[in-house]
Amino acid sequence: MTGHHLAQLNVGRLRHPLGDPRSAGFADALAPINALADAAPGFVWRLVDEDGSDATGLRPFGDDTLINMSVWESREALWEFTYRSDHLAFLRGRRDWFEAPGGPHLALWWIPAGHVPTQEEAVERLAHLRAHGPTAYAFTFREDFAPQDA
Amino acid sequence: MEDIEAVGLLQDPVRRRLYEYVAAQGREVGRNEAAEAAGVARTLAAFHLDRLAAAGLLETASRRLTGRSGPGAGRPAKVYRRAAGERGVSLPPRDYRAAASMLAEAAEDARLDAAVQAVARRRGEAARDPSGPCADLDAARALLERRGYEPYLDDDGGPVLRMRNCPFHVLAEEFPPLVCGMNLALLEGLFGDAPELAVRMAARPGLCCVAISKTSED
Repeated sequence: MTGHHLAQLNVGRLRHPLGDPRSAGFADALAPINALADAAPGFVWRLVDEDGSDATGLRPFGDDTLINMSVWESREALWEFTYRSDHLAFLRGRRDWFEAPGGPHLALWWIPAGHVPTQEEAVERLAHLRAHGPTAYAFTFREDFAPQDA
Repeated sequence: MEDIEAVGLLQDPVRRRLYEYVAAQGREVGRNEAAEAAGVARTLAAFHLDRLAAAGLLETASRRLTGRSGPGAGRPAKVYRRAAGERGVSLPPRDYRAAASMLAEAAEDARLDAAVQAVARRRGEAARDPSGPCADLDAARALLERRGYEPYLDDDGGPVLRMRNCPFHVLAEEFPPLVCGMNLALLEGLFGDAPELAVRMAARPGLCCVAISKTSED
């Protein structure tokens, strides 16, 4: 599907503030993991704040909640990066760094290639997923909607 | 083709040697190479390889093996690799995969990663080789081979064991952090008595998520 890219939003409520030593495992891994994403096959774009290195300065869900947002050429590209790279080992720490989410914390949706998703759009997609469950409008890795379903 | 018929094809010893050779390479294999490895003539190998492909056990493609292309490069050669699909026969019928998937989803939703890992580590410890700890990568390779991981020696600035097969593949695709974490704990338990070996998560496309290396270079 060259005409579409996959957008992704992930949110997580920190158990301890970013500067806290108990969050250090996460904070220290951010730069190398972001570099890994930037170099991953199929990576298109990721959201960064004014500092320009990551999105930790952007908190649309509240002061204790981090977000990350990115765009990939395909679902496979994002899947391979998430689960078949050193990002998988990084994921193992998620229970230590983040509160257990009460509902979906990852939203995926198809966008026309070239479109840069906004935070507002991402927040809305996640809200839709939380309210209506997975649909072609906003889904998770457990489903496999095609761009033409949207 | 039904699984039982596909599996039945492997009763022929030549066919089975060809299948096992192609599967073990983890890449595309040409007819000449497969024939040589199985110790049979090229035409016989081609016949059996195509039977295996027709049954869905192998996948085929056309490649110019010389690396040349365009006019004068010769006809493309047919190459084979193991098909991604799984085959299984259970008599009487059982469906442990569906049961495992339900349990995994429940464990994932309840965030039972730590409990699952504790069980896996104990199972790994219980499955250690009774003849004693693995002294080196060769011993680890033999043990992993018996457990179906299809290990091979890779070079990552030093020797490292990687595995072509994930015994939990379907579940690992469905619930990666949970199932890969379980698999890591299982192997940590299995090799926990071998101080020479370092077991770590190093997920790569198409491979098992775990890599094993030596703790000290010599």
